Amino acid sequence: MELLTPAIGLLFWMLVVFGILVVILKVAAWKPILNGLKEREHQIQSALDLAEKTRAEMAKLQADNEKLLAEARAERDSILKAAKESGDRVIAEAKEKAQAEGKRIIEDAREAINNERAAIVSQMKKEIVTISLDIAEKVIRKELADKTSQEKLVSDLVKEAHLN
Amino acid sequence: MFLRHKFLSIALAIFASVSVVLAEEPAHDHEHKESKFNIGEMIMHHISDAHEWEFAHGLAIPLPVIIYDNGLKVFSSSNFYHSPEADHEHHIYPYKEAGYVLEHEHIYKIGADGKADKNSHVLDFSITKNVASMLLSAVLLLVIFLSVAKGFNKNKGKAPSGIQSFVEPIIIFIRDEVVKPSIGHGYEKYLPYMLTLFFFIWINNLLGLLPGGANLTGNIAITLVLAIITFLIVHFNANKHYFLHLVKPTGVPAALLPLLVPVEIVGVFMKPISLMIRLFANITAGHIIILSLLGLIFMAKSLGSATTGWAVSPLIVFFSLFMNVIELLVAFLQAFIFTLLSSMYIGSAIEDNHDADHGH
Repeated sequence: MELLTPAIGLLFWMLVVFGILVVILKVAAWKPILNGLKEREHQIQSALDLAEKTRAEMAKLQADNEKLLAEARAERDSILKAAKESGDRVIAEAKEKAQAEGKRIIEDAREAINNERAAIVSQMKKEIVTISLDIAEKVIRKELADKTSQEKLVSDLVKEAHLN
Repeated sequence: MFLRHKFLSIALAIFASVSVVLAEEPAHDHEHKESKFNIGEMIMHHISDAHEWEFAHGLAIPLPVIIYDNGLKVFSSSNFYHSPEADHEHHIYPYKEAGYVLEHEHIYKIGADGKADKNSHVLDFSITKNVASMLLSAVLLLVIFLSVAKGFNKNKGKAPSGIQSFVEPIIIFIRDEVVKPSIGHGYEKYLPYMLTLFFFIWINNLLGLLPGGANLTGNIAITLVLAIITFLIVHFNANKHYFLHLVKPTGVPAALLPLLVPVEIVGVFMKPISLMIRLFANITAGHIIILSLLGLIFMAKSLGSATTGWAVSPLIVFFSLFMNVIELLVAFLQAFIFTLLSSMYIGSAIEDNHDADHGH
């Protein structure tokens, strides 16, 4: 029974000491400790969040890079294609032009040749006429060397030139 | 870290049991010469409060006696214990000059017949062994936790160091595994009390295991105060659902109310009483078991000879070492249970009725 009867002195001191202990520890220990713990947990959480965010950003950045790379590649391809096309076109144009020029030159040459030939032919015609007339004159002169033949011709001409 | 703690605990246990043996032996060897060894008396002497702090027989620190009897009187307890008329056998220590007598650690006025006047009402506020031990534990708690708090300021944004890293996991454990789930929303308000409660009980349980330590948490006055504080916190914070539930439990037929309401009301008081008894009984029982085991050595000695006493002691030391290790666990466990149950009582008193109703 001795054990089960609380002593008044001990009750009193317990109440006083424990009460003071709670108050002092609450103000001077639990508050900074619990705040510190909370703060640390917060820090750890935010650090983890940041790491997660950074990882996501890195992934995004990588994706962006890849996209950019793909775009660059596509652009390069298109530029190359365009360059090739324009090169082809230039070559084709040049070829066409060259062909046309060649044709024109040939045409010109042909025309010049034709002109030359025509000039030569007309020259030759003139020459032939002159030569023929000379020959005819010489022949006629020889034929009409005597008087009878002249008279005969005149008479023939007169006969022919009768009034019709 | 856990390993280190385990090692420390075991070292402490070995130290405790060996030193208890060393401390007890001369004490009761002496007693044996005077009278027959009385194991019951020895145990009661060790688990009860005293007005001096005895480490071993003859090695005791006198403590101040403070009594209120028509005015405050303060004197040293050595006036009682070193009294020329001291009767050690019957534990009667008169202090004639002041007119008081210490009989079985109770202070009475000396009556006209020269004996203790059992009807005198002397209020004893002495710094007894238990009070001294409590003050020591309070100082220890302040030193430990103020240095931990300082560590938090010093190591801001850094990893904890020193004692901080030892105590911190325990604080987190109490917060996250005991208080938070039991109380629920608004648990922060009760956290300072719960942490103080836990560490106060734990450190005093451990101090009680030390050789010469006081059986503080195994004293009903201590557990009574703790239980009353918890009781008051519960009932000052309880919401109207809690009180309504007492007089009209939900889902109970009206015919059963006369039976159930008294049960509910008894339950209100049974909770703190169970808290009080549980801690008191567990710690006192632990002390009694260890003291009984150690007492067996002296029993053997008084029944046989000194050789018999020495012969049984290795086995007894082994058993008491085993018990000490168990008591280390109990020291933590009882502190944990007291805190957990206090939290749960608060939690059940402040929870919203919506949740409570689903249980019925």
